[in-house]
Amino acid sequence: MGTPVKDVELPDRPELQELLLEKHASYIETFEKNKDDLDYCMTEFLRVSGIYWCLTAMDLIGQLDRMNKTEILDYVMSCFDKDTGGFRPAVNHDPHLLYTLSAVQILILYDSVSLIDKDRIVSFVSKLQQPDGSFVGDRWGEVDTRFSFCALATLSLLGRLDAVDIEKSVQFISSCMNFDGGFGVIPGSESHAGQVYCCVGSLAICKRLDVINADQLGWWLCERQLPSGGLNGRPEKLPDVCYSWWVLASLSIIGRIHWIDKERLTQFIMATQDDETGGFSDRPGDMVDPFHTLFGLAGLSLLGNRQIKGVNLIFCLPQNVIERLELDYELLKE
Amino acid sequence: MSEGDESNSDEQGYVYYRDRPNWKDIEPIPQDDGPNPVVQIAYTDKFKDVYDYLRAVIRKGEKTERVLELTMDAIECNPANYTVWHYRREVLQELKKDLKSELEFAEETVLNEPKNYQVWYHRQKLVEWSNDPSRELYLTAEVFKDDSKNYHAWQHRQWTIRTYGLWSNELEFVDGLLKEDFRNNSAWNQRYFVIINTTGYTEEVVKNEVKYVIDFIKVAPNNESAWNYLTGILKGGRISDHEPVLKLIDSLRSQHVPSPFLLSTMIDVYEEEVANGKKESLEKAVKICEELGSKIDPVRKRYWEYTSRRLISAYGPLDST
Ligand SMILES: [Zn+2]
Repeated sequence: MGTPVKDVELPDRPELQELLLEKHASYIETFEKNKDDLDYCMTEFLRVSGIYWCLTAMDLIGQLDRMNKTEILDYVMSCFDKDTGGFRPAVNHDPHLLYTLSAVQILILYDSVSLIDKDRIVSFVSKLQQPDGSFVGDRWGEVDTRFSFCALATLSLLGRLDAVDIEKSVQFISSCMNFDGGFGVIPGSESHAGQVYCCVGSLAICKRLDVINADQLGWWLCERQLPSGGLNGRPEKLPDVCYSWWVLASLSIIGRIHWIDKERLTQFIMATQDDETGGFSDRPGDMVDPFHTLFGLAGLSLLGNRQIKGVNLIFCLPQNVIERLELDYELLKE
Repeated sequence: MSEGDESNSDEQGYVYYRDRPNWKDIEPIPQDDGPNPVVQIAYTDKFKDVYDYLRAVIRKGEKTERVLELTMDAIECNPANYTVWHYRREVLQELKKDLKSELEFAEETVLNEPKNYQVWYHRQKLVEWSNDPSRELYLTAEVFKDDSKNYHAWQHRQWTIRTYGLWSNELEFVDGLLKEDFRNNSAWNQRYFVIINTTGYTEEVVKNEVKYVIDFIKVAPNNESAWNYLTGILKGGRISDHEPVLKLIDSLRSQHVPSPFLLSTMIDVYEEEVANGKKESLEKAVKICEELGSKIDPVRKRYWEYTSRRLISAYGPLDST
C-alpha cells in the first residue's frame, strides 16, 4: 500500500550476526572504571541506576566477577539516606524511588540485603503512596505509573508488600488504562510501551492481571513491531532496543510473547551491537550505552538466546537470583 | 537572565567560580567517585568548576542571589540534573523572587530542551506558584511545531487544561493537528481526553466521532491510530450498529485494501454476527485470519492463529461443508 512507515534499515553486516559477548563484557568493565569519562560524569545524577544496568548486564553474560563488588557495595551504601530511608542516585543528591529500586536490585543481585535496614526503606517507599493509590517519586511530588512500579517492585523484593495499600495501587493503575488497551503516565496520558511495562509489571506483582484486556493489549504490543523487526514505544515512532525489553517483557507477562516475530527482532537487536567498542545502542549505528546494552541482552535472553542467562520478566534481574527469593507473582497464559 | 551577564555563557567570556572574588568564601567540593578516584581529565573545566561550587553551596544550604546564578550555569552544563532544578526552586522561594523572569527563563529552556522532563516540571511548578496558565497552551503548541508527539509537552498541556479548566478550544486545536498529520497518535489520544472529560461519549457524540474518524481512515486505511480510536470508542457496544463503519469496511474491502486494521475490524464484526446466531460468519472470520497470517501481516502470524483458534473454540466447530 505504499504507506510510509517510520522505521530504519538494518545494515548488511554479517559480523554482527553473532553475539559479541567478550566485547560487551569489556565495554561494561571499562565503562564502570573510566570515571574520568565525560559521559560518566554527565550521568552522575543517575549513577546508582547506571551501576545496576552494568551489573545486571555482566551477570547475564556470566561475567559478574569482573566487577569490583566491595567497591560497588561501598558506593551504593554511601548513597543510602539514613534520614528518609531512600537511596540517592549519587552522593550529594536527593533520594528518589528510581534509585531506591536500583539500589535494592544491586543488593539483591549481590545477595547483600543484610547490609541495609529494610524497615527504613519500607518506610520511605510506603510514605510515597498517595490517597488515590498512586506513588510520587520523592517528597516533591510528581506522580507517574513508573513510580508505582518502582515502589511495588522494591517492596516485593524486600518481601514487604503488606506495607502499602495494594487495592488502591491497583485502582490507580487501572485508571491509567487507555481506550487502546495500553497505559500512560497518569490518567489520560497516551499509551507508551515503557509505561505499559510498569503497569503490567505492577499488576503482576499485585496478582491482579485480571484488570487487563490481555488480547487487546497484546495486539497493541505486537503492533509495535516494524518491518525492520525492531519495536517502537508508540505508533509512528522509530524502533529502539530498550523497547525490545519493555514490549517483550509485557507480552511475556501476559503470555503472548510468541505473537511477535522473534527471529526478526533478534536480527534487529544484533544489528545494534558495536563490533569495535562492544555494547548495544538504541538503533543500528548509534552510540552505545550501558542502558541499551542491558536491555539488548535482556531482550535476547527473553527471545531464548542460550548464551545469555535467563532473565526475570518483572524485576529484570537474572532468574536464578529471583528464584533464590521465592517471590510470588502472577503470569498469564494465552 | 540578568544575573548571568558577567559570566557570559560562551566559553571565552566565562570566569571560573574559583577565580571570582565574591566566591572566595566557598571551599569547592569535588565529585566523590568512590574510594579510587581517577584523574578527572575529561570533565570540561567549566562543568567541574560549576558543580564543585554547587555541591559546596548545597551542603552549606546557602540560598542567595549568587546561588541563582550558579544554578543557572549548572543547568546550562547539565539540564538533566534534577537536583539542580530542585535547589533552584528552593532558592527562588527563599528569596521570594518575582516569578516573571523565571517563567521567561523556563520558557526559553523548554523551547531549547523540549525533551527534558526537568524543565517541564519546573515550568509546572512556576505556573502553579504564579497561578498564571496564560502562556501554556501557546508554549506547548510551539513545541508541537517541531515535535508533535512530545510526551512531556502533552502531559503539561493536559495538566494545564485539567487544572485550569481550559477545555473550550481544545477540540479545535486537536482537529488542526490531525489535519496536518492524521497519524499523530498523541493528538488522537488528546481527542479522547477532551471528550471523555467534557461531553463524554454519549450516543450522539459517538455517532459524530465515528463520522469524523472514518473520513481520516478513508484517506489512509493503514493508519493504526485512527483505527484504534474508532475501535476504542465503540468498545462495549456493537460495531455492526454503526452503518457508516459497515459501509467503510465494504468499500475498502471492495478495493482490496490490505490493511490489517481493516481486516481485524471485519473479524470483530463477524464475531458479533456469530454471537447473534449467524453461524456462517465464523468461517469468514477464520478465513480472514488465515489471509492475515499468511499474506498480509505475516509478522504477527501467531496472533492471527490465536484469534482464529479463540473464535473456533468459542463458537465452533466450523461447518466442514
Ligand atoms: Zn531506548
